[in-house]
Amino acid sequence: MQNLLAPGHRACAGCSMPTIVRLILDAAGPNTIVVSPTSCLEVTTTPFPESAWCVPWLHSLFENAAAVASGVEIALKRFHKEANVLVIGGDGSTFDIGMGSNSGMFERGHKVTYICYDNEAYMNTGVQRSGSTPFCAHTTTTPSGEISLGNPRPKKDMPAIALAHRVPYVATASVAYPVDLRRKVKKAIETQGPSYIQVNAPCITGWTFEAGNTVEIARLAVETGLWPLFEYVNGQLMEVKKVRRPKPVEDYLKSQGRYRHLFKKPGGTEVLKQIQAIADANISKYCLVD
Amino acid sequence: MSKVKAIEFVEPGSTQITKTGAWRTFVPRIDQKKCIKCSLCEIYCPESSVHQVKDPKSGDLIFDIDLDYCKGCGICEHECPRHAIKLELEEK
Amino acid sequence: MMKVVEGSYAVAHAAMCCSPDVVSAYPITPQTHIVEHLSQMVADGELSAEFLTVDSEFSALSVLVGASAMGARCYSSTTSQGLALMYEVLYNVSGLRMPVVMTVANRALGAPLNIWNDQQDSVGARDVGWLQLYTENVQEAVDTTPQAYKIAEDMGILTPIMVCMDGFILTHVYEPVELLDKDKVAGFLPAFKPEYVLDPANPKTIGAFADPSTYTEFRYLQFDAQQKALAKIEAVAKEFQETFGRTFGGLIDTYQTDDADIVMVTMGSVIGTIKDAIDEMRAEGIKVGLVKVRSYRPFPVQALRKALKDAGVIAVIEKDVSIGNEAGLVTDLKAAFYNSKIRTPIIGFTAGLGGRDITVKDIRKITEKASAARKGIESEFEFLNLRTEILP
Repeated sequence: MQNLLAPGHRACAGCSMPTIVRLILDAAGPNTIVVSPTSCLEVTTTPFPESAWCVPWLHSLFENAAAVASGVEIALKRFHKEANVLVIGGDGSTFDIGMGSNSGMFERGHKVTYICYDNEAYMNTGVQRSGSTPFCAHTTTTPSGEISLGNPRPKKDMPAIALAHRVPYVATASVAYPVDLRRKVKKAIETQGPSYIQVNAPCITGWTFEAGNTVEIARLAVETGLWPLFEYVNGQLMEVKKVRRPKPVEDYLKSQGRYRHLFKKPGGTEVLKQIQAIADANISKYCLVD
Repeated sequence: MSKVKAIEFVEPGSTQITKTGAWRTFVPRIDQKKCIKCSLCEIYCPESSVHQVKDPKSGDLIFDIDLDYCKGCGICEHECPRHAIKLELEEK
Repeated sequence: MMKVVEGSYAVAHAAMCCSPDVVSAYPITPQTHIVEHLSQMVADGELSAEFLTVDSEFSALSVLVGASAMGARCYSSTTSQGLALMYEVLYNVSGLRMPVVMTVANRALGAPLNIWNDQQDSVGARDVGWLQLYTENVQEAVDTTPQAYKIAEDMGILTPIMVCMDGFILTHVYEPVELLDKDKVAGFLPAFKPEYVLDPANPKTIGAFADPSTYTEFRYLQFDAQQKALAKIEAVAKEFQETFGRTFGGLIDTYQTDDADIVMVTMGSVIGTIKDAIDEMRAEGIKVGLVKVRSYRPFPVQALRKALKDAGVIAVIEKDVSIGNEAGLVTDLKAAFYNSKIRTPIIGFTAGLGGRDITVKDIRKITEKASAARKGIESEFEFLNLRTEILP
């Protein structure tokens, strides 16, 4: 495995993000230019005068990674050069503040591979809710409290938004399935046009769990049906990762502190049923069970 | 301290100057007898700190951990299919 | 060869002659014609740049961050709300030392919403680290475009630059213009060759975050570069004159100031009106003159001190207001004079806000007020032609 992300970066011990990035860069290779928005990734990998990146890398701002990547891609075209152009950014910039910029890049059809490592909140600034935060997860701006059971809104369906833009390759991936992730990145960079991959990225600090359990939790997300692994090519659902015997969502939820309140507070049981319904809907929609 | 230039171009891989091994409380030890060389530890390590090296004694290829950067997170211990890796409290 | 063209077309043509690699802009009145003309030039094969119709002004300038990091020569244009929207990126571009050239078709900012000319947009952005040149007519807007690239791309400067032209007044006017010759511009403007770009063969990280131990030094280097730009702006204007036979001044320009008692100071297209007014008053024996500020950033302190040291009274007229403290140009000027030996009375006027006309009569009124101020300043700063009858 080629290591294009050097050690010495400041990510939390056990963070899924550097592993995801290493896998992405291993698949993409050194002929790659990466643009990242403001994020945990950017802050932990580029404290001046150090950088963990062994490929060319550019910080955009928070809301414009896709636009900056469009500029990189168009300049490559202008100078008759070829290189993979990737955006690697978090869910905060992807789902919320960068929506306009993403929409523009998708719609203009740039050959940019947009990879969102999704830890389901604004982690860099201290675990605030984003459009990606799942139903009833605790964050600092949607905390569980005397009269609250956490985030009241469902998770934004970003892959559906990409599909609505006719993005030719849209997929979900997970740090717990590294071979699958690498394969999807390779497919994305070969796509003649934009692509979108959303990677489940458990966060120790934000989700509250023991450092070593990172990959196991990501695996549980897939095994419960809450994080379906699928692939759309030109708008058609092509591949899903089947789940032989889906585990109940409780197995996943009780492993993390951000859902702890659902097992203690009144109304929690009802929420657990609703979350199970989300998982069941995924299992049905994507035919996750044979 | 490196000088500031007008445009902040930073050298690739220069974070290697920071030895994050100092963060560690627990240190992983690989039991080479149990290791089946599946390389999952190398794949999952967030610090790119698991490497295939030549064992100086046997000349075999073994998996080894770069203690300069290992933060002691325990993902390798957790994911090893043969439980060949154990985290121990590190004596400093 | 002189051609009667729309100001927007002339500027688009000038940008085309500079052979930009990437053009990225979002339409907004009164800049839209510039963008439309550039699109037509691309469609006709006249302009070979990569042209992106983006989703917002924020994205427009962001695209150029990526392109400039790849070594592309970049061009954009905006105004008012658009400039305000890309405010964050303005700082990013100047901090990353990207020599982007952007035509600002000066327009008022809402609320209240207003599409007509004033200079609040660019004057309000004077601290973002971009160079700012203000043009008095279409020809100058044309001529300043290649000059802007030459200044910005200088390896010792590497600072983005706004070429400001009054919206509608200069963008939508039809007048005879000497359009640039592309080959002649190519001779005047060398190719852009940055030291480092995003290149997998030589990977670098661009945009690392700087903590308190280094941030100040990065800012200082930008500050220092703008000081170097003072000489460069003059030199490039001179070189342009030698090559093309025209000049509209370097950092500043003067009109009838040699023996002027009352001197007006301003930026932009109102200069035309003021020159007319001066001609009229001079014919009546009134010793009045004008100093044009062409470079607002960097602010030409020494040049202004030299040009204004013998004035009896100075009247600053500007199309912006710094709500809370007078207006940009007059406060910058007073600050520039404070530590010098110049003790000339300076009064300030804000006029033309939201596109309100400034007439020769208005200039004469200002001259009278300036003359009265010699005996003692009654009003340091005022809104010219304030319609008190519609105030509550």
